[in-house]
Amino acid sequence: MSYLANLGKIFVASAFVNNIVLLQFLGLCSYIGLTDNMHASIGMGYAVTFVTVLAAAVTWIIDRWILIPFNLQPFLQIVSFILVIGSLVGLVEIYIRKMSPHLYKAMGIYLPLIATNCLILGVTFINSLQGFDFVESIVEAVGAAIGYFMAMLILAGIRERLRNSELPDFFKGKAIAYMVSGIVALAFMGFQGMIK
Amino acid sequence: MKKYWKIVWNGITPANPILILAIGLCSVVAVTNSVQNALLMTFVFSFVLIFSEIIISLLRKVIPGDIRVPIFVVVIATFTTIATLLSRAYFNSIYEAIKLYIFLVVVNCIIIGRAEAFSYQNSVVDSIFDGIGMSIGYGWVIIVMAAVREVFGNGTIAGFRVFPTSYSPALVMILPPAGFLILGVLVGWLEFTLKKRKVKK
Repeated sequence: MSYLANLGKIFVASAFVNNIVLLQFLGLCSYIGLTDNMHASIGMGYAVTFVTVLAAAVTWIIDRWILIPFNLQPFLQIVSFILVIGSLVGLVEIYIRKMSPHLYKAMGIYLPLIATNCLILGVTFINSLQGFDFVESIVEAVGAAIGYFMAMLILAGIRERLRNSELPDFFKGKAIAYMVSGIVALAFMGFQGMIK
Repeated sequence: MKKYWKIVWNGITPANPILILAIGLCSVVAVTNSVQNALLMTFVFSFVLIFSEIIISLLRKVIPGDIRVPIFVVVIATFTTIATLLSRAYFNSIYEAIKLYIFLVVVNCIIIGRAEAFSYQNSVVDSIFDGIGMSIGYGWVIIVMAAVREVFGNGTIAGFRVFPTSYSPALVMILPPAGFLILGVLVGWLEFTLKKRKVKK
C-alpha cells in the first residue's frame, strides 16, 4: 500500500471507524457538559482541534528525540506529556481571552479544563503506542479532532430538539444525553468493516 | 467520627463523582466491559487519588496559589506512573487491555477536582477520608456497570460462568454503545430515587 493510501486509512479510522468520543470514550466530560449549548460546542470544537494537532506535533518530537533515545519513556512519558500539553493550553487560553472575549465567556469553566481533556492526551498516547511517524501522527490528530467536532455537533443538535420534547422528569438533562450518545455510537459502529 | 463518616458518605452518593457531578467519565464507559478491568481501574484510581490527596494536603501551606494547578498535575502524574508500573508488573494481561485508560488517570477530572476543591483546603486526615469516599463512589458505579454488562454480554462475572454455556450472549452489551445506555439508565434511576425521597420529606 502506498504511503498516501495509508495516511487516508489512518484518517478514516480515527475520524469514523474508531470515533474518538463515541467508540473510544475520550473527552467525554466536555462532550456531555458543553453540548446543551450549540455555540459553546462549536467554540470548544475549534479549540480542541487546534490544541490536539499542536500537541501531537510537539509530543511526537519529545517522544522520538528525547524520551526514546535516552530510555526515559517508561517513567517520564506521562509527566512530560501532561506538562507540555498544560503549557500549550495556557497559551491558547491567553490567545482566546485576548481575541474573543465573547467566546471566552461562553466556554467559561471548560477552557482551563481543556488541559485535562482526556482527548488531547489520549491522542498523543495512541500515537506513541502505535509507533506512528510524524506525518501519521498529525493525520491521526486531525482525524480525531474532526471526529470529536462531529460528535459534539450531532449531540448538540439532538439535545436542542430534546429540550422541547416531553420526557419523564428524571431523564431530562444528562441521562437522556447518555442514551442518545449510545444510539449515535451504535450508528457509528456501522462504519466498522470499512477498513480492514 | 461522625464527621469522617459524613465525608466518606458524601463521595458515595450525594456528590458521587460519576452519577451526580458527571466528571471523569472516559474510563467509566471504556473499562466496564468486564469486571476484572473495572477492578484494576478502581485500584489504580484509588491509589492515585488517595496518595495525591495526602501529598497535596501536606504541602498545601507551601504551594503558592498562582501555580497550584501545574503542581497538582505533577504530583498526580508521579503517582499515575507508579500505578502504571505496578499494574504492569502484577496484572499484566489486564493492563495490556486497558493500558490507554490507565495512562489517562492523570487527566481524570475527579482527581484534579478533589485536589483543588478539597485537599488544598483541608487537613491530611480529612483528605484521606475524602479520598476513600470518592474511591468507593467511583468503584461501586463502575463495578455495578461492569457486572451488568459482563453478565448479559458474556454470561460471566469476573471470569466465573453465571449463565450456562447454552445462553447466547447479547454481544451489544460488551460493545461500546451499551456503556452509554447503561450509564444513562443508572443516572436516570438515581435521579428518580433522589426525587422520590425529596417528595416524601
